[in-house]
Amino acid sequence: MTRVYLDHIAATPVDPAVLEAMLPFFRERFGNAQSLHADGQAAGEAVEEARASVARLVGATDAEIVFTASGSESNNLAVKGLALAQRAKGTHIVLSAVEHTSVLNAAKSLERLGFTTTLVPVDGAAAVDPEAVAEAMTSKTVLVSVMLANAEVGTIQPVAEIARLARSRGALVHTDAVAAAGSIPVDVAALGVDALSLAGDQFYGPKGAAALFLKKGVRVLPLIDGGIQESGRRGGTENVPAIVGLGKAAGLAAARLDERAGRARTLRDRLLDELPVRIPHVRVSGHRTCRLPHHASFLVEFVEGEAMLLSLDMKGIAVSSGSACTSKSLKASHVILAMGVDHASAQGSLVFSLIDGTTAADIEYVLETFPPIIERLRRMSPLYTQFLKENQR
Amino acid sequence: MIYSDKVMDHFANPRNVGVLADADGVGQVGNPVCGDMMTFYVKVKDGRLSDITFQTFGCGAAIAVSSMVSEMALGKTLAEAMAITNDKVAEELGGLPKNKLHCSNLGADALHAAIKDFEDKAAGTKAGPGPTIGDEHAGHEETCCCPYCDGPIEGMEDVCSCHHCEIDLVECPACGKYTNKSDAACVICGAALVPAPGEK
Repeated sequence: MTRVYLDHIAATPVDPAVLEAMLPFFRERFGNAQSLHADGQAAGEAVEEARASVARLVGATDAEIVFTASGSESNNLAVKGLALAQRAKGTHIVLSAVEHTSVLNAAKSLERLGFTTTLVPVDGAAAVDPEAVAEAMTSKTVLVSVMLANAEVGTIQPVAEIARLARSRGALVHTDAVAAAGSIPVDVAALGVDALSLAGDQFYGPKGAAALFLKKGVRVLPLIDGGIQESGRRGGTENVPAIVGLGKAAGLAAARLDERAGRARTLRDRLLDELPVRIPHVRVSGHRTCRLPHHASFLVEFVEGEAMLLSLDMKGIAVSSGSACTSKSLKASHVILAMGVDHASAQGSLVFSLIDGTTAADIEYVLETFPPIIERLRRMSPLYTQFLKENQR
Repeated sequence: MIYSDKVMDHFANPRNVGVLADADGVGQVGNPVCGDMMTFYVKVKDGRLSDITFQTFGCGAAIAVSSMVSEMALGKTLAEAMAITNDKVAEELGGLPKNKLHCSNLGADALHAAIKDFEDKAAGTKAGPGPTIGDEHAGHEETCCCPYCDGPIEGMEDVCSCHHCEIDLVECPACGKYTNKSDAACVICGAALVPAPGEK
């Protein structure tokens, strides 16, 4: 059976050119990037080339890029590292209610160390109001962290405006750009942020390679104490092949960004336009226009996300859901709930996220395959029966 | 695949789906907070379950469990059907993922509720039709239960917890229902659990 992979937000395939770039660093160029001999230097140079490539993708200087092993690590380093380095100045942090759990839980860890956190609510499209962020700040606020784009509902946040307001009130600003970097233009100067997280597995690089932009002069407390790697900001032997892959993927993303986004947007719009027409009681979740170009997310009434996901998977289509049952913790998505969606509807969250190889035929296949799946599951649903009964009256 | 072949078979081809308009008993368990909700309809003839149907809102496991229970109980005496346990259903399905054993494995409870409804009506202790859909959920609006497992809450007001889920619970200031204390937002109404100014 043909597979239609529409789960970009979980992982992208590694670009063949990225894999090719990585392979020599498992073989002949296996050296430790910190070794002074020629074998070490060959690896070290490759790491620095990758650093320059990632810096170019986000408009930073090379020295402002710290390599990490995942988007979650970058977020942890930013939230914990920046907050702890400023502890003498204040112990208050402001986050949006729809941040990734690696940001929310990093803040929870800080609370155990005496920090306090304010979560800024979002509107029905998961958008953060910059004024609300400013209002949430106190004289003790040392860090504001609001994501650039949300992976579950695709909404792009007004980070530049948030950063302007937050920085004028004396706080550092971090943005989690893991879902955005490589898919939409990201420029750290235009955003005006002090720190920005990105991950290679969101733009056709390998898993296990990510980065944190840290603006020159911004102090950070390392999470991993160790040697001199990453200028003392992150100890541990560099994962050279993965870093090389991240660098190559960043170069490809910078060159292909517009083409990729344009292609994805056309196909994606067909999903956003057609699915709610073909299936009743389906609405788009997140912002309709301020949205990642490859991202189409929906709330399907009266059915549960995992049942949809499994049914689509049986037809060869891979998607994500934010329902309680698809999360191992059996909790509905905090993002969907923060948007004010009631609990039953939150269970029907589904995300189609396109990759480079997605074709128009793939999208048509989804449009043909999905409605009968929903019809079948609704025939089984006591909530739908209840709805029909109430509407008869 | 996270599920056994048998679970996937019952999910893809569930047996006995539907509503019995002239059911002798109707039972419902679960609620959308947990992600799973099951309604069972039974017909009873000569002390045996002559017909069983169900409707389920929920994940693959919940649908498969409902289907399996309906198959196991059809034609059985009421006593035999009451002896079917959730564990036996999971066993019959070739096992369920650990995190689904509790939340989704409620099929036997729903069936038992339907049989109980029949017995109550037969004994005349209950007038009129069985519980209509929504009654169960209405019951949960009382702030009595863990939002995840519907289990009893231990402790009082500020310090309470669900033993089964091993989580601390707190009353949501917006909707007044119990929600996970460590969450950023209320699991029921989605209101952000923002600490009061100056309070941790």
